[in-house]
Amino acid sequence: MGVGIQVNKLNAWFGKTQALYDITMEAPANHATAVIGPSGCGKSTFVRCLNRMHETVPEARATGRVQIGELDVYNGTSAVQIRRRIGMVFQKPNPFPTMSIYDNVAAGLKLNGFHDHKRLDEIVERSLKLSALWDEVKDSLRKKSGASLSGGQQQRLCIARALAVEPQVLLMDEPCSALDPISTGKIEELIFQLKEKFTIVIVTHNMQQASRVAEFTGFFLLGKLIELDKTEKIFTTPSDKRTEDYITGRFG
Amino acid sequence: MPERGTTSVRHVVPPIALRRRITDHVMTGVAVLTVILVLLPLFAIFAYLVYRGIGSINWAFLTQTPKPVGEAGGGMANAIAGSAFILLIASVIGVPVGIGAGIYLAEYGRNQLGNIIRFTADVLNGVPSIVIGIVAYGIVVLSQGHFSALAGGVALAIMMIPTITRTTEEMLLLVPNAVREAAYGLGVSRWRTTLSITLRTATSGVITGVMLAFARVAGETAPLLFTAFGNQYWNWKINQPTAALSLQIFTYAISPFDEWHRQAWAGALILIVLIVFAVSAVRIVAGRGMLKGAN
Repeated sequence: MGVGIQVNKLNAWFGKTQALYDITMEAPANHATAVIGPSGCGKSTFVRCLNRMHETVPEARATGRVQIGELDVYNGTSAVQIRRRIGMVFQKPNPFPTMSIYDNVAAGLKLNGFHDHKRLDEIVERSLKLSALWDEVKDSLRKKSGASLSGGQQQRLCIARALAVEPQVLLMDEPCSALDPISTGKIEELIFQLKEKFTIVIVTHNMQQASRVAEFTGFFLLGKLIELDKTEKIFTTPSDKRTEDYITGRFG
Repeated sequence: MPERGTTSVRHVVPPIALRRRITDHVMTGVAVLTVILVLLPLFAIFAYLVYRGIGSINWAFLTQTPKPVGEAGGGMANAIAGSAFILLIASVIGVPVGIGAGIYLAEYGRNQLGNIIRFTADVLNGVPSIVIGIVAYGIVVLSQGHFSALAGGVALAIMMIPTITRTTEEMLLLVPNAVREAAYGLGVSRWRTTLSITLRTATSGVITGVMLAFARVAGETAPLLFTAFGNQYWNWKINQPTAALSLQIFTYAISPFDEWHRQAWAGALILIVLIVFAVSAVRIVAGRGMLKGAN
């Protein structure tokens, strides 16, 4: 089951440059929340703060409170522990190039010391089925490298890899921006199904995508969360002038 | 002039394209020529070694120790084994240290200490091998009180380390950051990511660096002169003077005896063949298990 996300006064910096200002928001459990906004507005930084990936960049830091279910992300838990609970899918598909398809999916478990082969087989199969890739790869699980798949398949492989560690939240940072429309369609369909099991936060450049997959949408501008509301409302009657300007294409 | 409408592609190609095609052919030719120039010395050396050395290679040469001056026959078996022994010692010391330092430089070395290590490695790479021999003499031979295989191994290890360090660093830096982030995103700790993901992704490049360093020191003579020292007999003890092919070749080549000259040629041929064999063997073993479509 997914859990809700609560963010309170989140600030983030790259060195001396502030990237996020006092973000306070909520993403309900088992729903998809989309994050939109023009390039450089802090969307990616925002989701990377949710699983503390932000701090892997040299000189980057963040303050504030992020609560994921019972978990206080910035207090009392190690970043590594957090990331095992929160799956992440990146903009560009990034399978481990020297690993087989099987090992790619099993990587999160194996590298953290889980070696029960029978259970691993089950988990790999289940994850690949969840990410709708099973039928395409089931005959070459151990023979082919993850890098030998097409871009869309690679991205679904990365989703399977993230799901295999059974996270409660799935963060997706523009997961379709490097994909063709057919692959994009498959992944959007997938997001729709995954909502039953996970809470999803998805960054997207594509407003249609936000309206297709997400119940809630937040609009970011210059590092600030301008508004967050039901997706329908954001796209029809936004309460802020700046949101309206953005979605009607007046800038961005 | 062909009529309008029936123009073949050939005719509508403007003259500039002809010039481009010629340039294309010329440049390809130049590239092929340079490849030949690179390969030629290698094959020339190898052919000449075969020509001079093959006659003296026989079963005795590969299985016996040297005979005293004046007696015919004898071989370099102890030197072949000694070289392998010393190189094994050098690799056991040099490869882990080199790779470890390379990992540090690539993953943690964006700081002053990293710059110092980088600079030191580059300088060390340029230190003449005889000087490294003297250092190993000072550190190992003097403290032990006698020449030894260990001293030779240490000298060669010191020569291997900078090459391995720098190539390991370069290869790890070639691994896209996205691959590291993928592992971090799964909750894999940093050291585990470095060892199981980054290093594994860069394996083939790192092995190339190791093999480069290995091949480079395998034929070194100067650093062994006053460390391993040489030995006319078998030795398997790590703290005893040990024969090495390169030393044996050196000794025989500067001797006044024709028989020894012939054996020096044969030794040189064996040395080259063994290096090629070792490098290829590692490549094949390391290449096994590579997946379809990887890299």
